[in-house]
Amino acid sequence: MYPSRFSYDAPTSVEEVIAILDQNGGEAKVLAGGQSLIPMLKLRFASPARVVDINGIPGLEYHRVDPDGTLRIGALCRHEDLEFSKILGNFPTLSQASSLVADPIVRTRGTFVGSLCHADPQGDWSATMIALGGKIIAQGPNGRREIKARDFVLGPFVNALAFNEVAVEAIVPPAKGKALGGYLKLERRVGDFATASVAVALDVDGDIVTRAGCALAGVGGRTIDANDAISVLVGKSLNSESIKEAAEAVAAAAEPRTDHRGSSSYKRHIVETFVTRILSNIANSEQKAA
Amino acid sequence: MAPLDELKIGGMGASRRRVEDNRFIRGKGRYVDDIVLPGMLHVEILRSPVAHARIKSIDTSAAWEVPGVRLVMTGETMAARNLAWMPTLSYDTQAVLATDKVRFQGQEVAAVVADNPYIARDALDKIVVEYEQLPVIVNPIQAQSPDAPLIRDDKENQTSNKIFDWEIGDKEATDRAFAQADVVSKIDLHYPRSHPSPLETCGSIADYDRSSGKLTVYMTSQAPHIVRAAVAMVAELPEHMIRIISPDLGGGFGNKVPIYPGYVISILASILTERPVKWVEDKSSNLISTGFGRDVYLEGELALRKDGKILGMRMHTISDHGAFFADAQPTKFKIGLMHSTFACYDIPTGHLVSEGYYTNKAPGGVAYRCSFRVTEAMFFQERMMHAAANDLGMDQAEFRRVNLVRDDMFPYRTAFGFLTDSGQYEKCLDVGLEAIGYSTFKQEQEEARKRGKLLGIGISTMTEPLGAGNSREYDIIGIKMFDSAELRVHMTGKAILRTGAKTQGQGHETTWAQIVAHELGIPADDIVVEEGDTDTAPFGMGTYASRSTPVAGAAVAMASRKIRAKARKIAAHLLEVSEEDIEWELGRFYVRGNQERGVTIQDCALAAYSNVPDGLEPGLENTSYYDPPNLTWPFAAYFCKVEVDAQTGVWDVLNFVAVDDCGVRINPMIVEGQVMGGLTEAYAMANMQYMTFDEEGNCIGANYMDYLIPTSWETPGFELHEVVTPCPHHPIGAKGVGECATVAGPAAFVNAVMSAIEHTGVRNVDMPLMPNRVYQALQTGQDVSGMPPVLSD
Repeated sequence: MYPSRFSYDAPTSVEEVIAILDQNGGEAKVLAGGQSLIPMLKLRFASPARVVDINGIPGLEYHRVDPDGTLRIGALCRHEDLEFSKILGNFPTLSQASSLVADPIVRTRGTFVGSLCHADPQGDWSATMIALGGKIIAQGPNGRREIKARDFVLGPFVNALAFNEVAVEAIVPPAKGKALGGYLKLERRVGDFATASVAVALDVDGDIVTRAGCALAGVGGRTIDANDAISVLVGKSLNSESIKEAAEAVAAAAEPRTDHRGSSSYKRHIVETFVTRILSNIANSEQKAA
Repeated sequence: MAPLDELKIGGMGASRRRVEDNRFIRGKGRYVDDIVLPGMLHVEILRSPVAHARIKSIDTSAAWEVPGVRLVMTGETMAARNLAWMPTLSYDTQAVLATDKVRFQGQEVAAVVADNPYIARDALDKIVVEYEQLPVIVNPIQAQSPDAPLIRDDKENQTSNKIFDWEIGDKEATDRAFAQADVVSKIDLHYPRSHPSPLETCGSIADYDRSSGKLTVYMTSQAPHIVRAAVAMVAELPEHMIRIISPDLGGGFGNKVPIYPGYVISILASILTERPVKWVEDKSSNLISTGFGRDVYLEGELALRKDGKILGMRMHTISDHGAFFADAQPTKFKIGLMHSTFACYDIPTGHLVSEGYYTNKAPGGVAYRCSFRVTEAMFFQERMMHAAANDLGMDQAEFRRVNLVRDDMFPYRTAFGFLTDSGQYEKCLDVGLEAIGYSTFKQEQEEARKRGKLLGIGISTMTEPLGAGNSREYDIIGIKMFDSAELRVHMTGKAILRTGAKTQGQGHETTWAQIVAHELGIPADDIVVEEGDTDTAPFGMGTYASRSTPVAGAAVAMASRKIRAKARKIAAHLLEVSEEDIEWELGRFYVRGNQERGVTIQDCALAAYSNVPDGLEPGLENTSYYDPPNLTWPFAAYFCKVEVDAQTGVWDVLNFVAVDDCGVRINPMIVEGQVMGGLTEAYAMANMQYMTFDEEGNCIGANYMDYLIPTSWETPGFELHEVVTPCPHHPIGAKGVGECATVAGPAAFVNAVMSAIEHTGVRNVDMPLMPNRVYQALQTGQDVSGMPPVLSD
């Protein structure tokens, strides 16, 4: 690989990172897992003047669940940390997605927060976070701020961070009641970009849905926020009628384009099929549990 | 004295561990890119961003200004040395650096030589090329249009985009067969373009020494001797002053047979700078510009009697060769060995017509893990067989059984003139049917359908011609296709073996030593195998078309036998008896009637250098050139069971049974590895691995995000079985095997998916069988044909 010339910094604190970003006025890129940035450098799609490697900053590898049930994921938490995590029992959507992100090689190195920042319309984690109502903590010269996941992705490969901010943590709020959900992805091969992916996250009280979240990847120029569409489930129980209504509403929210992975109508059909499958799986396993 | 145990010394039939893996798995392989010569410069190549355009101007002045740049080359630089064009292996010409037009996206336009590749890459960005765009042709249908722009306006007498018309067979007899047919079954297919994509890309280091006049080139070549001959002709250097060294190769699959512009550029750059010059292409350059495989439209029909007997066949192929006819193939056969189609079936007559066209796509048409277009031939054959059985209302296995050449019919002359010589086709069929559970499948399929599940089973059976020559019929640009081996046994009984083949993953270092061990009883571990250096290896045609074991492997056996004949004379001398009184057992000569009295091959080796009888030359070495009397004809019978998800079109392989008869197996483990690797590539063809182009000629597949190669995570498991019918003419009874699975495999997968969905009325879905295409066929009951379109609404 022969990227353009860049200078390289390996700071050991978040404050130093912010100072470097601030001094370079948008010409610096943060390197975490490197699974997207390195290929972009290699192909010269990205030619930043500086690369700021945050892997030397201690204390960012964590993911933990707070006593109130909030999940916190640090900037250097790798995909596989989540894939093999023992503490995600209350986060089924995220847990299911974790083994479908890219391929096992990428998962050993790539980071959750880095993937969110990359803002790829086909990214699994953006869809998961939007469905879960998650947030990103950005830190800049003026301190920290929270950005909702649904506001974080502005467009393809564009996120809401200012040039002198770095994403230090992702947060998933605790479910109200029982957390149920699922993640399905159609890909031509492990590691291929998704033809279509569906993330569904529900909070359920008894058998009544109290909150419904959904987002889609691969079926639009950005991650599709289908939270409004799936909110038809709120106040209802899962049955064939409500599942059908939700699946149709979510499919209508997709904005797929025809390409060599399939026609727009095929992709929309896959979204509807996957929403149906996820919700039916939930309904079936809840029935068995009850 | 107990005889040697052949398996213990790593002889024939031993699943000996691959000796080359010892260095590969330790990262100690030595590939072209690992080699660093003193004072070495680096070349990077500027490629055309457009598929068809006239070059109005090239401004290289800014590139020359970049510090560290030593040389900037354009078509003009090459033309000054008469190197702007080079010959291809199919008697065409190919541009080295474009002078007049660019004819495909990714074509070589200019090159920068610099102190390191970063500088060279930076300087490429400073070259300004002005293009005047021309209409683009991306398939042979467009190429045939009377309004089509002429791609090869550089060639005199080339007035259209057609490259060749070729035919074989008996048209009149075939017409008569069709007139008598009860049923005529037709099929119309496209075998999509794919790329061999070896892990290691192509590259070279040219080192021209002006003081000695010697040119040494380290090169990623499957056929270094052909390259030496070609360089001698193109570069006007005397052949003895050219040394081509092909070091460890990270895969080839046919991609490293042709001669590429980058090689020629590095050679001229070294001559001009008087420094070693390294060229190593990146993955995108390899995918976008080097030898592709397939890209053929195949249509044809069978004349059938009601009882299932095939009376005749017709076939018509239209192939897309890209901008230059750079296929690597035997001179006589314009579309390779396409006429080997239906070779395993007893069919009285047939007629094949082939046309080839230029398009604005990368050149190639290489034999991607196959013997010169055999993959396309057998894919057509087995998809045609599947459709014909359905048209007759006959069981797939039974229809094949009725038509397979029977054991008692060998040697069998096919309708297109090949001579198949051995096999147990029906036995292979039966072994596979039993293993896949064929007898209960129909019921299983019915029951599954009631539960909303779509099951399918696919069969593919074939024999293929492997191991070109003989040299009467097979040559490449006039160079006859035989091969060679040179064996030197040292004083202590250890040995070095060199052949004219070139391993690139096949494991020659392991298996050649096993042949010597079998013939001489020298333990395989005592034999080192070396290939790829034209200064030391005997002349050979290299490794492709599964020709190594059939040809070079035979030469290894023959060279060993010559050594044994000389050792026998020495043994007689040592044992003080006449040669006629000497008997041979593995590794040892003894006196007839007194087995205790003997000498080992090692004793003979020592004597060859210390105690030879009068009148015998000292030393124990020999070279053998082997020209096989015929091709070898392995047989493959593959059986695939799938389940199709009706809601998504996704299909999963439930079971895959492969029965291979490749004659005597030298190293069963390596044979199994070859079959599994080939089946993985077959699965890839059927499912995902294709390269397409949009209307402007942009290549969709120039990186591993668009060009999908399966990984271990989705590749199914394979159940392997063997039947052994020795090759009657090969010294050790072996046949080629490296390519059987890639050749016969794709039809097994496709037939299986079709079997699961054809109740809807659909007859064909062209590869790749991506979920959206299968779903479309299920929904509409209509065929899905051609390449997946590159659409955006």
